[in-house]
Amino acid sequence: MNTEASTLKDLDAVRSMIKRHKLNDYLFGAVGLSFIILILLTLLVLFIDLIMDGYPKLMSWDFFSSFPSRRAANAGLLSALVGSALVMIITFVSAVPMGVAAAIYLEEYAKKNWLSEVIEVNVTNLAAVPSIIYGLLALGLFVYILDFGTSILTAGLTLGLLILPVVIVATREAIRGIPVAIREAAYAVGATKWQVVSQHVVRYATGGILTGVIIGMARAIGETAPVITIGALTFIAFLPPSPVTTSAPFLNFDWLWSGFTVLPIQMFSWLSRPGADFHVNAAAAGAVIIVVTLLMNGIAIKMRYNIRKKIKWQ
Amino acid sequence: MGLEISDRLAKKFRRNLIERGIEFLLLLAAMSAVFTTVAIVSILLYESYTFFEHVSLLDFLTDTQWTPLFADAHYGIMPLVSGTVTTAAIALAFAIPVGTIGAIYLSEFASHRVRETVKPILELLEGVPTIVFGYFALLLVTPLLQKFIPGLPTFNMLGPGIVIGIMVIPYIASVSEDAMRAVPMSMREGSYAMGATRFQTAIRVVTPAAISGIIAAYILAISRAVGETMVVAIAAGQQPNLTFNPMDSAATITAYIVQVAMGDLPHGSIGYQSIFAAGLVLMLMTLFFNLLGHFTRKKFREAY
Repeated sequence: MNTEASTLKDLDAVRSMIKRHKLNDYLFGAVGLSFIILILLTLLVLFIDLIMDGYPKLMSWDFFSSFPSRRAANAGLLSALVGSALVMIITFVSAVPMGVAAAIYLEEYAKKNWLSEVIEVNVTNLAAVPSIIYGLLALGLFVYILDFGTSILTAGLTLGLLILPVVIVATREAIRGIPVAIREAAYAVGATKWQVVSQHVVRYATGGILTGVIIGMARAIGETAPVITIGALTFIAFLPPSPVTTSAPFLNFDWLWSGFTVLPIQMFSWLSRPGADFHVNAAAAGAVIIVVTLLMNGIAIKMRYNIRKKIKWQ
Repeated sequence: MGLEISDRLAKKFRRNLIERGIEFLLLLAAMSAVFTTVAIVSILLYESYTFFEHVSLLDFLTDTQWTPLFADAHYGIMPLVSGTVTTAAIALAFAIPVGTIGAIYLSEFASHRVRETVKPILELLEGVPTIVFGYFALLLVTPLLQKFIPGLPTFNMLGPGIVIGIMVIPYIASVSEDAMRAVPMSMREGSYAMGATRFQTAIRVVTPAAISGIIAAYILAISRAVGETMVVAIAAGQQPNLTFNPMDSAATITAYIVQVAMGDLPHGSIGYQSIFAAGLVLMLMTLFFNLLGHFTRKKFREAY
């Protein structure tokens, strides 16, 4: 009689415990979901607000085809767009071949010794160095020691160094995904190491490498701090000399040494002025930057998911 | 009479030579990472060395004012460090709880569809340039905060701190979620078999198992918050104040570097050198956190 009652009591205790734990589960799920939704909503609201602020400017073609100006109404993005494009050319040329080559070395050639260890530690470390430190490096090295000045070349090389670890890490990951069997098959028909790597491994890894390159370039386009540090916050109302000329040899490299401005710098310069009319320009520039970087990142992420889904080696 | 070698041998020799040459070029490319590090460290050390010929290390560490550009110049780094620490602390106080709960939810509670939708969005948000967040801090978040906190100045550390927090949440959530996903399913199954609920499994089994990855995510987030430049340069006011009060305006190390670079300081002046000394302190701070992250990952790593 007594034991039965206590068993029932125990049973009730167990039931209420289960109930409590189920409630905990439910509560945590609700809290987690609402946090995620809250964060995504906040960012969405911020982005929409930015685009709405800049809307009047974004709708006029003049904004994209005129130079910065002392008057907010006339100011435009032209020199920043051209500057960003030219700087990106240098960044691409300096970071991508070097990064891919470094990754190939680390994955395919490096033996397990202190040297490859040192290189690996450096790559991981560089990826975590704040971007403004790259600006200081560029200020000391490119601007003064090598005397490149505050030029498109300096900015491009700075951002190239900045995204080098991104390219290296992505390329290594892509190469690591290629099965050994591919290499063995190529060796079996007499290919040299370089032939195996260049004609097979890298070719299959191209998709993965490309995603890393796009993400790196997107980062370089939006990066502000290192470019300001090399002294690029100046009023630029001209275009660099054209890289292509009408007479032989048709190419002209004077633009490398030209002064420049890029999209995020132009936005910063408008943002740091008092007065709401310039802030409209800043919002419009911000909207352009966001659209470009989100688009590039979106393409890269989509590509990565597709590669992961599609390739099944066995 | 020259040494006769067969065509095939000559060809093989040529081939080997080319292979060696290519390997050497690839090694050079890989060494670029080492060269970059060496260049960063030597530039920072070299310019800081001349800086410390003018300023004693004791003044640098104990003076409570940082006014290298004024006639009455003081070179105490502490006001910049206090600004850096305060903004980073606000950001993390906000980002770590939200990011971790978000990660646990995504990894353990969310349905497959929710996870597959949210994860790419988080990765996408990691790529948003910081200058845009500076705009948010100055023109959207601070005015909003001013409605709730009367007397909050236009330039303060609270707004930028919160915005940096929002900025690193996707990062913490995404990296921690990766770490939790990597915990083998059998551990969860073992826990469920003992009658544990989802919540208990998530908190007592999965989180401890993934703790090295989660802590590494926190530490990288700290490193990012400390090194963050544009948000604070735009919205925190660029005035070195030795204060930990979030309502005050202040400058961080990074904001000071930007501020000096915006002006026209002659190469070799003490003001010019001061940004390298500040940069060196920043580099040491982030290096400390990166090493800490490296060792926590090693120490707490559990292999399954």
